[in-house]
Amino acid sequence: MPTSYGYFPGCSLKGTGVAYEESLLALFETLDLALEEVRDWNCCGATSYMSIDEGSAFLLSARNLAQAHQEGRRELLAPCSACYLVLRKTQDYIQRYPKIRREIHEALGNGHVGSLASIRVRHPLETLYLDVGLERIHSKKVRDWHGGKVACYYGCQLVRPFAEADRDHNPMRMDELLRAVGVPTVEYSLKTKCCGGALTGTIHDVGVNLNRILIKEAARNGAQAIVTVCPLCQYNLDAYQREIRKQIGEPVDMPILYFTQILGWALGADIGSLGLERSISGRKTIQQWFTKVEEEVYA
Amino acid sequence: MERKLKLQREAEPEWARQVSERPGCEGLFSCLQCGACSGTCPLSIYMDFAPRRIIALVREGFRTEALGSKTIWLCASCYSCAVHCPRQIHITDVMYSLKREAIQAKLYPARFPIPVLAQEFYRMVRQRGRSSELWLVLRMALRSNPLVLFGMLRTGWDLVRTGRLSLRRERIADVKRLQGGLIPREVA
Repeated sequence: MPTSYGYFPGCSLKGTGVAYEESLLALFETLDLALEEVRDWNCCGATSYMSIDEGSAFLLSARNLAQAHQEGRRELLAPCSACYLVLRKTQDYIQRYPKIRREIHEALGNGHVGSLASIRVRHPLETLYLDVGLERIHSKKVRDWHGGKVACYYGCQLVRPFAEADRDHNPMRMDELLRAVGVPTVEYSLKTKCCGGALTGTIHDVGVNLNRILIKEAARNGAQAIVTVCPLCQYNLDAYQREIRKQIGEPVDMPILYFTQILGWALGADIGSLGLERSISGRKTIQQWFTKVEEEVYA
Repeated sequence: MERKLKLQREAEPEWARQVSERPGCEGLFSCLQCGACSGTCPLSIYMDFAPRRIIALVREGFRTEALGSKTIWLCASCYSCAVHCPRQIHITDVMYSLKREAIQAKLYPARFPIPVLAQEFYRMVRQRGRSSELWLVLRMALRSNPLVLFGMLRTGWDLVRTGRLSLRRERIADVKRLQGGLIPREVA
């Protein structure tokens, strides 16, 4: 029987980040690991909910944790950095503040509050790096990389307080995983600089500006693509390159991929199962790196 | 002309003390005013008061200035300040706390899209248990500036043609319990 993990997709992986879910499931299948979605999960609240009401923001996450606990999960995988952070922050606050613990206890109406904090909320990056390991990833590689150099972009919330997915100042686990399957990664000093989150939808110019800087810096370091671990980072970097081209007057058209797409591809997942056709920018490059290579080398 | 200089007697030190007692805001008075937060903040150049100055305003008790600032809404919760602060002040949580109070006191800048988005997001999650990106953006635009929708058409089309924009309004099955037991009162 394959090892199975509790899986908390979050709203983005059912919407703009659907390619992340597709490639994550495909990748885990190649490793004989199963992901089982938490039943009737609710939104984690992301960054906005907590701006309005803190008490019920923690209750939202507590409901998800309680659901996972009822299903007997000791570990819960949260691929979206925002979900990951909010779930872990809730656990931290449950442990540190008796008042919050009491409120959650009253609202949930059961004795699970203590055990909510003991569920191990993890990002798939951590699971792949620690549980599966570089050696096994390397040994399971069936396709050789024919694409260019990439910049690994970790974004903000995955490596901030409450997290243990990677080091906060210079995370390297994604770089190491990709290098293990032969993908060259470049130095990228902005790897944990924020993409602005929802700002592209609210104060548009400011949001686009942050992403312009991220893309330009990656290109300057010799990367031909950026690889992400978060649906919002992927969306922001991917969806506004037309505007960025206009702003800087240079023909940037850079693929923004999920690390699960590249790893899944290298480990032999079906090429149609990785959501590669869902990218907006760098479509030609993506076709060259994945589809064409598939036709010419692995046909 | 509006006077820009603030006088000490206009401050509310009692409010500052209250803020410092909220979860996550405990370190407020240990701030060194070193500015590491403002230096590392990716948005400080767009803020009316960079994070260091917000902390200074709060602990002196300049409530209206802090709560009415755009800074607290521009904060994207990246937590960079929190991991760089030499006194381990959870600056992001201080920002959250100020946002909540600004909503309650209705002191947020009018028609500024970020608090509008936050409120619409809050209502949507409260009503349905999940958020649906398309409907959220529509609701935000209608309440702040509907004209922005024209600027979003190209991106919207890109998302449709790549199968990334769902028309479905997501909803959890157990929404009754969510509203009844978990989040009984609407605060905004």
